[in-house]
Amino acid sequence: MSAPSVEKGIQFIKAQIDAPIASFFSACVHCGLCAEACLFFTETGDPKYTPINKVEPMRRIWEREFTLFGRLKSAVGLAKPVDEDTFAEWETLVYDGCSLCGRCSLVCPVGNDISDMIRKIREGFAAAGHAPEGLIGASTRAVEIGSPMGVKLPAVMAQIKHLRDNTGLDVPVDAKGAEYLVLLSSMEIMNFPEYLEAIARIMHQAGKTWTIASNAFEATNSGIQIGVSDIARQLVLRVVEAAEGLGVKTVISPECGHAFTAIRWDGANLIGRPYKFEVKHILEVLDEFVGQGLIRTEGMEEARLTYHDPCQIARKGGVVKQPRNLLNRIASNFVEMQDTGEMNWCCGGGGGVSANERADELKLTAFNRKKAQLQALGVDTLVTACANCRLTLEEGLEENEMDIPVVGLTEMLAEYLVEDDKEKA
Amino acid sequence: MDANELLAWARGPGFDIALIIFVAGMLLRLLEVISLGKKPDLSAPRGSGVEGGLRTLLARSLPRKAVFDREPLRIINGYVLHLGFFIVLFMYGPHIALFQSILGFGWPALPSGVIDAVGAITILSLVAALVFRLNNKVMRFLSTGGDYVAWAVTLLPVLTGYLAYNHLLLPYTTMLAVHLLSVELLMVVAPFSKLTHMFSFAMARWHQGYKAGQRGVES
Repeated sequence: MSAPSVEKGIQFIKAQIDAPIASFFSACVHCGLCAEACLFFTETGDPKYTPINKVEPMRRIWEREFTLFGRLKSAVGLAKPVDEDTFAEWETLVYDGCSLCGRCSLVCPVGNDISDMIRKIREGFAAAGHAPEGLIGASTRAVEIGSPMGVKLPAVMAQIKHLRDNTGLDVPVDAKGAEYLVLLSSMEIMNFPEYLEAIARIMHQAGKTWTIASNAFEATNSGIQIGVSDIARQLVLRVVEAAEGLGVKTVISPECGHAFTAIRWDGANLIGRPYKFEVKHILEVLDEFVGQGLIRTEGMEEARLTYHDPCQIARKGGVVKQPRNLLNRIASNFVEMQDTGEMNWCCGGGGGVSANERADELKLTAFNRKKAQLQALGVDTLVTACANCRLTLEEGLEENEMDIPVVGLTEMLAEYLVEDDKEKA
Repeated sequence: MDANELLAWARGPGFDIALIIFVAGMLLRLLEVISLGKKPDLSAPRGSGVEGGLRTLLARSLPRKAVFDREPLRIINGYVLHLGFFIVLFMYGPHIALFQSILGFGWPALPSGVIDAVGAITILSLVAALVFRLNNKVMRFLSTGGDYVAWAVTLLPVLTGYLAYNHLLLPYTTMLAVHLLSVELLMVVAPFSKLTHMFSFAMARWHQGYKAGQRGVES
């Protein structure tokens, strides 16, 4: 890639503008309701975080490049510029002040998909050299090492060995013709090894063949977060080639929000062709297993608990009823937050915010929304299905001295599998 | 030029010019959008894009509770403003007669007393919209000159229509001419302002809904 520059940034933004984006800009009436849906506005009260304002540089480029009136304005010197200062000023709005949660898109009266616009404008910011250090580092590691957190295969193999030794459960690696290819997120390898154990246990009881791919174990896609399609494509291709090489029927996206968006929705578009396999989120697979009677549970969690919907899985992924089906099976005291499902509030750390150290303080301010939701419910346990949400939630809870454990739904389900099968394993 | 001549110009050439600019301008704006095209979504669909598009086109006319609870007055005022404007524009007898002369067909009118009251409510609602825009920090932050121009050219036809109907401020003929001219101003400005949303909202809702429908997600 050539060196970043303002010109390149503008070119990249221009290249993102299609009929949907143009219709969004020409429909906006500056009603400001998107701000009311955005936790970066509601928690800071600063109008600069109004979602549609975050794409103002893109609007300027659209107006001057793709509208007659804008071209006339530009010709007589009335158009607002997009220059180095613009990129510098908007960088923190585009990356730090947006978790790509997509709540704004759902409330816009004229139907603008503002979240998608912000995802797209990031392509220009990255090309102009105005992406946060943390995300640049993660993306570089993802390409060079194979994982944004720098996780290498030996770390995964060590986890697998540990799991085999302790539980006797098998974790197949590079098993050709397996039905499922299981992907992990970096955080599941580094922070939450419970996930892999839960998968091994569940697959064993369900009697399904599955595998990990030694050349594509990682689902995390920092290219999506930073907004560099080249990197995103490279990371998706790794998984596609592994999945098609092993001949699996289904790729399972882990408990990670944006990994699901990357592999389920963006991937085929990035590589320019449909996949030869299906992609499902782990919660979709678990709900199917339960529905087909392949896995049986016994006992109920009695703690008062609630479920935090990861934005990319619920609002943008359509996986809303599955976690509820699962929780109602294994938890006797499951309560819902006020805004939940497709209208959930983000944890504050999505869309690359948690990988961007500069945004730490803002992220914790944004967390106040989740804090208020949890305080209103008075729960003992918080369940979620995204390792990134989980870390952000844990950090926020700790910062606020709230003693609420955060649990992944997959591992929680695995704990309630029928005991016989646990023993057999 | 006396009042009668002004009225005659506004009814004749003035209106024709405004209509041409309105229609050609809007077509240009819509073509500018549509001609950009979009790439097909290659991800395996979960549902129907067309169904999602149509659903969002309609469903987005209702606010979500999460945002309505935060800004009930602004949202209700938005309905009053739009409905009021549509009622006085499309349900007033003389307006329907004008549409009939252009379109070749008409429809039943509401009693003019009702239109008068709705007109007054619409004016108040437009004033409230301006008050919101000036007082709400997000709206004030987002507002550009174009927002105030769009507000003014929307208010003027309703206001002058109300004044003409009630024989206020200026002699009737003069006020009627001013009313027509203000409508023509609105028609000329609309394609080059945010008032394009009167058509482009449908495209925006369609695009978001289509994608959501394909993905089987809420929209």
